[in-house]
Amino acid sequence: MPFFAPAQFIVDRDDARCIRCKVCVNQCSFEVHSYDAETDEVRSRDERCVGCHRCEALCPTRALAVRFNPMEIRPNANWRPEHIRDLQRQADTGGVLLTGAGNDKPFRIYWDHLLLNASQVTNPSIDPLREPMELRTFLGRKPDRLDFDDLDGELTTELGPQLVVETPIVFSGMSYGAISYNAHLALNQAAQEFGTLYNTGEGGWPAEFRRFGNRTIVQCASGRFGIDLDYLESAAAVEIKIGQGAKPGIGGHLPAEKVTAPVARTRMIPAGTDALSPAPQHDIYSIEDLAMLIGALKEATGYAKPVCVKISAVHNAAAIASGAVRAGADIIAIDGLRGGTGAAPKVIRDNVGIPIELALAAVHDRLVKEGIRNHASILAAGGIRSSADVVKAIALGADAVYIGTAALVAMGCTLCQMCYTGKCNWGIAVTDPWLTKRLNPDIATRHLVNLLRAWSLEIKEMLGGMGINAIESLRGNRLQLRGVGLEDWELKVLGVRGAGA
Amino acid sequence: MTSVAKLQNPYGDGKLIESCGLFGMMDTSGRPLRGRDILKAMANMRDRGNGLGGGFAAYGIYPEFREEYAFHLMYEHEEGRKRTEAFLRSHFKVVHHEAIPHRATAEIDGAPILRRYFLRVEKGVARAGQDDYVVKKVMAINTGIDGAYVFSSGKDMGVFKGVGYPEDIGRYYCLDDYEGYLWVGHSRFPTNTPGWWGGAHPFSILDWTVVHNGELSSYDTNRWFLEMYGYACTMQTDTEVLAYGVDLLARRHRLPVETLAAVFAPPLWEAIDRMSERERRRHATLRATFGGLLMNGPFSIIVAHHGEMIGLADRIRLRPLVAARRGDLVFLSSEESAIRVISPKLDATWIPSGGEPVIARLRPVAAEAVGGNA
Repeated sequence: MPFFAPAQFIVDRDDARCIRCKVCVNQCSFEVHSYDAETDEVRSRDERCVGCHRCEALCPTRALAVRFNPMEIRPNANWRPEHIRDLQRQADTGGVLLTGAGNDKPFRIYWDHLLLNASQVTNPSIDPLREPMELRTFLGRKPDRLDFDDLDGELTTELGPQLVVETPIVFSGMSYGAISYNAHLALNQAAQEFGTLYNTGEGGWPAEFRRFGNRTIVQCASGRFGIDLDYLESAAAVEIKIGQGAKPGIGGHLPAEKVTAPVARTRMIPAGTDALSPAPQHDIYSIEDLAMLIGALKEATGYAKPVCVKISAVHNAAAIASGAVRAGADIIAIDGLRGGTGAAPKVIRDNVGIPIELALAAVHDRLVKEGIRNHASILAAGGIRSSADVVKAIALGADAVYIGTAALVAMGCTLCQMCYTGKCNWGIAVTDPWLTKRLNPDIATRHLVNLLRAWSLEIKEMLGGMGINAIESLRGNRLQLRGVGLEDWELKVLGVRGAGA
Repeated sequence: MTSVAKLQNPYGDGKLIESCGLFGMMDTSGRPLRGRDILKAMANMRDRGNGLGGGFAAYGIYPEFREEYAFHLMYEHEEGRKRTEAFLRSHFKVVHHEAIPHRATAEIDGAPILRRYFLRVEKGVARAGQDDYVVKKVMAINTGIDGAYVFSSGKDMGVFKGVGYPEDIGRYYCLDDYEGYLWVGHSRFPTNTPGWWGGAHPFSILDWTVVHNGELSSYDTNRWFLEMYGYACTMQTDTEVLAYGVDLLARRHRLPVETLAAVFAPPLWEAIDRMSERERRRHATLRATFGGLLMNGPFSIIVAHHGEMIGLADRIRLRPLVAARRGDLVFLSSEESAIRVISPKLDATWIPSGGEPVIARLRPVAAEAVGGNA
């Protein structure tokens, strides 16, 4: 017998405006709206509403407004409405609570406590509308020194494989299955058009996308979905996914409902079965095992592609990253506490891992101290919301950032966190063909390119203000940051001075 | 070392900000030039400094000690001197030492103890390793001995600097009595430090000296990049990272000056993309590998070592640098007027483009005649 659970959202319908067009009825995959022909009424079952705002956005007469239901129980700082709701759901089901998207808890967001510098008098700020401003970034291992031929001055050092991006923003791995075919197509096209990179995620790589291979990072995760030699050879780089910020230490579970025929084909598994990624990679139980997998992937691809190792930001991220670089990783991706997911146990998403800002600062510092920072590039991921976050991440020590959630929002996502249900009304985190076609890939591409363009322009403005005209001069440049409202230990970990100091 | 760090950066700022005037002159035939001229030139640019730092480097000034490392040292107190001299005696053969000659002037006071030592590296250190040995010892003094600071440590050259206007500092050190084929001068305008003798330019390690006018926005990036290679940036100045950058690329990695310039002030990507395949590969590799040494923000520098004087300005030309030539003489200056005041007639003057180095080299025959470690 299910608990009576109050609705999380309230659907307000202005009946005077409603023209009974039934758009809301047809659009809502959660079946909130229904039309009663007998009374000519449109009704709502608010308790089913997830707050995705699809109906509200598409209602032609603006008759709908979806509001959060605060569930005004007696105020209690400890037993908050979320706890009560979760307890009721667990008493009901006896199961692990699932969720989607990134950690939504109010852990300190360090980006919001860091402020940027600008030039005054002693060095001029640079106007990016009049002066060149360079964002091109090379991701990959760099040598300690370069040698030139004594006689003709020809460069004799061969630079290892590099990924060249025209802006320090790269699309993060999101698997085909977790997000839709059209979403993948849009990410591919946008990366291609803007000169950045798309990441397949762990769900394989549809064959027809391999024409975008020069700007694609393919993932090699614990489930090894869809990996064969062509998969590796067609890509620009290979990423070994050890962990994900939303669920460190946890594998993946794509529910059978999302494993449609095309998803099954791409993942090389039977249709309609759960796609399970084990928690660890079962051939990596130690750092030397990682070194062997990196070696194997490099061997398989003729040492022509950088290998990236993606880890969750956990307590000893610095030591792990250092080990991974020594094991041969050319790029280290660190995914922080607020990184997104298509599905994760809520208790893991909300309680495991550390903020990306702290992990990033610690990793950069450790690699500098060990004199190997140039041996690998750093990609910072997990909750990057704006161009300012990008600039702050690079100033803390990143070479570039991964964006996942921000890209989804640019395509229409409203962060209702229902990705794991397979019912995404926006056609993004879904594989149902009827819902998938709601996302027009060309319009989504345009939105993604606009996002990259807008952020890049803003990054140039911020750089110019600091008197910097090439992004490499911002990397690890923490004197361009000042902290506000932070404790001494936090400033110390971030390597940043307090404002005014 | 605490006391020097405090002198250098009394307010504990993240980095020091300063502006300056630069001057360099070289006779590429190796003929000696009198110190008087550069004092005149620096006096002409008095407005570029604020009296909180002036200094000079002169090359070819110690022909009688051509084979010895000439250490110019400043001491805050006798204790520092005693400890340093014991250190020097235990690591070098001290061939000669004396006070650096100076005269009492009205303008200069508060001078530290100033001594110079002519040192030979004891047998047992291979000749090829002697420079590295000296660098390590200089770092050990600067970071390990309280109240002692090495101004310069090259052969047949020396740095003379202090708190004051450069022409007054020059008179204090009796520079009109010296003759050298290459001179570099600097006038300092710090904004966040009262100035101390060691903080004036030039900065020097072995026979390399750097004088600098600018404010690097990339300082903190340059700092950590150099720390990876074992350099401890203790002075919080742009000049220090420039000097270490020169040391790493030019001395340790033996990269030619043109390549050094392409790292400090690289061409823009849009220019690189239009280059020939060979040049594109060279510049892309340099930028990808040594992006941490891109000196971003306004700067003009003069880098000198035996046999070579190099002028370089930032990639978008935010600080002044003028070059001029008359016969065998090459001049570099923040202002053309400072050149004209000592050489009214010039064969050519020009303003180099951003990132385009001006290189004056000793002519090979003359290099033989002048010797030094060119």
